[in-house]
Amino acid sequence: MNPIESFETDWTALVIFILLFGVVTVLGFAAARWKRGDLDLLDEWGLGGRRFGTVITWFLLGGDLFTAYTFIAVPALVFAVGAGGFFALPYTIIVFPLVFLVMPRLWAVASKHRYVTAADFVKGRYGSMPLATAVTFTGLLATMPYIALQLVGIEFVLKGLGVSGEWPLIVAFAILAAFTYTSGLRAPAMIALVKDTLIYLTVIVAVIYIPSKVGGFDNIFASAAEALPERDTPGALIPGTPDAQVAYASLALGSAMALFLYPHAITAVLSSRSQDVVRRNMSLLPAWTFLLGLMALFGYMAIAAGISVAEPNLTVPALFRDMFPSWFFGVACAAIAIGALVPAAVMSIAAANLFTRNVWKQFVNPNVTDRQESQIAKIVSLVVKAGALGFVLFLPTKFSIDLQLLGGVWMLQTLPTVVIGLYTHWFHRWGLLAGWAVGMTVGTWIAVSQDYVPVWDTPIVGATMYTGVVALFVNLVVAASISLVFGQRWRGDAVDETEPEDYDELHETREPAPTVSAGVA
Amino acid sequence: MRIWYVLLAVPLVALLYPPLYAKEDPELFGFPFFYWYQFAWVPLTAGITYFVYRMTRVDS
Repeated sequence: MNPIESFETDWTALVIFILLFGVVTVLGFAAARWKRGDLDLLDEWGLGGRRFGTVITWFLLGGDLFTAYTFIAVPALVFAVGAGGFFALPYTIIVFPLVFLVMPRLWAVASKHRYVTAADFVKGRYGSMPLATAVTFTGLLATMPYIALQLVGIEFVLKGLGVSGEWPLIVAFAILAAFTYTSGLRAPAMIALVKDTLIYLTVIVAVIYIPSKVGGFDNIFASAAEALPERDTPGALIPGTPDAQVAYASLALGSAMALFLYPHAITAVLSSRSQDVVRRNMSLLPAWTFLLGLMALFGYMAIAAGISVAEPNLTVPALFRDMFPSWFFGVACAAIAIGALVPAAVMSIAAANLFTRNVWKQFVNPNVTDRQESQIAKIVSLVVKAGALGFVLFLPTKFSIDLQLLGGVWMLQTLPTVVIGLYTHWFHRWGLLAGWAVGMTVGTWIAVSQDYVPVWDTPIVGATMYTGVVALFVNLVVAASISLVFGQRWRGDAVDETEPEDYDELHETREPAPTVSAGVA
Repeated sequence: MRIWYVLLAVPLVALLYPPLYAKEDPELFGFPFFYWYQFAWVPLTAGITYFVYRMTRVDS
């Protein structure tokens, strides 16, 4: 059988898809009126007024962290390499206990000092503009290709529907840009409700229905065990070798630590009403992990169903198309495509917050008014998305995928500054900056020199490890050495504006952040 | 109270040491051990995190 490269247009599915997309568009614009606040303030536009409760935060964070691209790429990877692709499951399990430990502290200090971004915090903590700029730069650099990948996710879904050409993608992009501009973070928060319902529906139906058609899970795993070793790069059902196991664990750990450093994760955390909301959510968000694990199994279901695709990212669309009646195939496609809108919107808002606070206000106009600040953020969110669209339209898809892989490596390099900074300012700001620079360079160099394979056969350690973890280790060694050498020297001029009790995660729940014009239309 | 945070290390150890679970048997509902073990850790981790949340919460 020849691998599938393109599909005939499925009109029934396409009509359902367009209808659902239309509903979401209306919601996106209507969201401006929801939990009404003055959208001319960055706190309101970019953080939803910091007043999302447990339920909204659950939908928003879930919809934001578990992106449409993930839902396309993880099953595709499992389809292609087997168990190696399954690291997404331990990764998204351990991320929540880690966030539970760290993020309430960031929420507390950010709420006290009105920080909107991680770089705001770094500037306050270390009094170091270069260090804050390094964190800003890393966040922007890693977010751009990630937004592009959301559009890539939509592209693959459209391919599955049999829609070719670039205009549908441009339409989807225009809708996304317009409602983000008018409604800010409220739009993805509201759309997430619809998107998440559709995704859950799709996955639950698929997980019950598809195995019944391909001979049950016994047969699914048996087919995979048979097919995987036959691949050009042999895969396996179980990671048997020590090398494969170290790679598996280091990818899970490194990716988990990188995930919540991303600007879009921090934006979603800071938009919640209280520390308590953040903490409680960490025991509720694993519901998403379970969903992702089930989706990963679609890779094996596709093997059992005898799906053969020209590129792995078509695995899920091809499987759904093969298995479902047209109308439900339309629902499933809409679920994934709408799923791309939520993270893309949050990411562009996060990037806009970063740029406005930590580039524009820092370097261009320190006296920017609240209103100008919000206006600039709205425009930047457009520019960022236009850039992402450019990525997708004019560069090979592989470029976005490779850059996104680097994005994780890059984000990890801000961990010493941001995460360790939440606990201690023992590290010297120049040590952190040097560690960051070395980590970025080493990580990028390793990844590029071996053609973007995420793991590296690490010398000295003698194991195959996730590049990001290797770079982070080098980063920490450099940062610690310089901090030791400098000791207390040159620290006096850096004023830490935060107090130890600002971080206290056992602090009673604070009132929602005051909004200057709360209640005013 | 803070001692409860130590519990959060349990899922990390259970999942970051693959030799514990990189095997096929015993199977469950057709799932090799490697797969159902990791799936089982999803609710287990949620439960542990919730427990730690309850134990460290300060009611105001």
